[in-house]
Amino acid sequence: MKFIFDRNTWQEIFGSISKNKTRTIITIIGVLWGIFIYIALSGAAKGMDNGFEKVFESVSMNSMFVWGQNTSMPYEGFKTGRPMQLKLGDAAMLENRIPEINYIAPRINLGNFGTEPVFTVRGQKSGTYPVNGDYPIYTKIATKQIFDGGRFINDEDIAQARKVCVIGERNVQELFDKDEEPIGQYIRIGDVYFQVVGIHKLSQGVSFDSDAAIFIPFTTFRKLYNTGENVDYFCIAAYDDVDVVQVEKDVKALLRNIHRVNPEDERAFGSFNLGEAFARVSGFAKGMTFLSLVVGLATILAGVIGIGNILLISVKERTKELGVRRALGATPAEVRNQIILESVFLTMIAGIMGIILGAGVLSIINNLTKDLDFPYTNPTVPIPYVLGALLIMVILGTLIGLIPAQRAVSIKPIDALREE
Amino acid sequence: MIEIKNLHKSYKMGKNSLHVLKGINFSVEEGELVAIMGSSGSGKSTLLNILGMLDELDEGTYTLDGVPIKNLNETKAAQYRNKFLGFIFQSFNLINYKSAAENVALPLYYQRVGRKERQEKALKYLEQVGLKQWATHLPSELSGGQKQRVAIARAMAAEPKVLLADEPTGALDSKTSYEVMDLIQKINDQGNTILVVTHEEDIAHMCKRIVHLKDGVIVEDKKVEQVRAEQYV
Repeated sequence: MKFIFDRNTWQEIFGSISKNKTRTIITIIGVLWGIFIYIALSGAAKGMDNGFEKVFESVSMNSMFVWGQNTSMPYEGFKTGRPMQLKLGDAAMLENRIPEINYIAPRINLGNFGTEPVFTVRGQKSGTYPVNGDYPIYTKIATKQIFDGGRFINDEDIAQARKVCVIGERNVQELFDKDEEPIGQYIRIGDVYFQVVGIHKLSQGVSFDSDAAIFIPFTTFRKLYNTGENVDYFCIAAYDDVDVVQVEKDVKALLRNIHRVNPEDERAFGSFNLGEAFARVSGFAKGMTFLSLVVGLATILAGVIGIGNILLISVKERTKELGVRRALGATPAEVRNQIILESVFLTMIAGIMGIILGAGVLSIINNLTKDLDFPYTNPTVPIPYVLGALLIMVILGTLIGLIPAQRAVSIKPIDALREE
Repeated sequence: MIEIKNLHKSYKMGKNSLHVLKGINFSVEEGELVAIMGSSGSGKSTLLNILGMLDELDEGTYTLDGVPIKNLNETKAAQYRNKFLGFIFQSFNLINYKSAAENVALPLYYQRVGRKERQEKALKYLEQVGLKQWATHLPSELSGGQKQRVAIARAMAAEPKVLLADEPTGALDSKTSYEVMDLIQKINDQGNTILVVTHEEDIAHMCKRIVHLKDGVIVEDKKVEQVRAEQYV
């Protein structure tokens, strides 16, 4: 193995590859392309994965929603088709009886589920927007980014049923002039004036609220619209280490119990499980990552085989040169080592260039998609993957280099010299 | 220097066997300049290839500088070639992407001579063949005679015991041929042993001894009055 560290060996190899430029360039392009595709693909897949993760970032991953529907079975003298109405008291009951629940937020809404949105006026401008009655705890489940200077609904608002509201970016655009500061201003929602206390920023991806949703305290909502104890739906966040699917079942079972519904009745309450939905999407992203890995490795393989091919052709072309070298005293081992080292060296150089190029393209894509509404964030390839690819290339480069090397030494020098 | 006894060599061509060398007995002393002559098919190139360890003998013995040459594997043969022999080919066989100096230095590379010393020696031998100022030129930039002189410098560079020249003037016109022969004579004058395969009568007479091969046997082996090539240059 001493020859690897011998400066002379490398000078000889460098001489050989630098003076056969076309061959070298074609060879390098083959592997460079392979590793470039590998890095770009797996980086992009990772970026997508990260992007999805970011989309779900604004929502507690372990959360679910439950709402009332109509019963589908008669029970305890009640006939079938009885409409279910969730009550505020259910929340306390659920929280007490199901310890897996971390947060529970009752919500009530106008404008989203078949009800009319509310006509909202400010000065000469107006619009119709959905209005939500909310508790502060809602932000624990669906993070609301509030612009500087504002706030979300707080406990005091709830206790005093204050007429305050948090509005969306679109509300601001449509109700206020460009340079106006909306916070502290009053808008008329329905027949009542509300003071704007905050503006929420639309979180990308999974959001249940549009950029024109108005939030008011739950207590204010129920007073205003005379909804009493009624709740449209509960947002429930379970603890992180809990199986939210089980919580979903428990919640529905308990609600059936509270509302005197047949325990077998699956249709009385509807629910949606975000954990499952997220698992599906992230499974897709994982699949993409795996696919890109396979495609990338296949491309690398193709590139390395390309190198082998070109080296094999060049050995044919160089038969005479190798014959001369052997006539001058090169041992078969020296000839073989030279060809293998040429192959490994070219693979390495091409691989490193491909990695640099791939990383460059990834960073360009990252910059281009930064401000777009596209689930793509921080495309990276883990260092072990990069090193692994490089290692695979070197090993394959060696193996593939062996084929032409073996061919080069299997020809008798006399035959090599005779070949014209 | 060279001692050959009862050398046989045949090539298998499918089912037929072609008996090329049929019992050659032949020896060369140190400092000799021997021409091996014969028409094509007489076995003269085969003999040279066996002498050069590029080919194996079937039967008989071959001793080079007291070392018996037999049952060599490729590695051993390569080492012996490097240590004992210098080759000069009809088609020059220079490596086309290496400069003249790099071509001359190549056998030294396989002798594990350091880079600096290689370059110095290469220049020294190029100077000897009168091509020092062409050291950095590629073979494609040299004329046929110049190429052959580079090849001779390369054969000399390893300081071999024997120089083997296979039709060294075969691809050259007569004026250049005489220049090359002049060079070979001068190298011989310094005491080097040289074997030249040729089918040209005038080239053969520029050697000190002529060995005639016909149908695989030596038919004539005579010392001749050397004609100096200098006078034709």
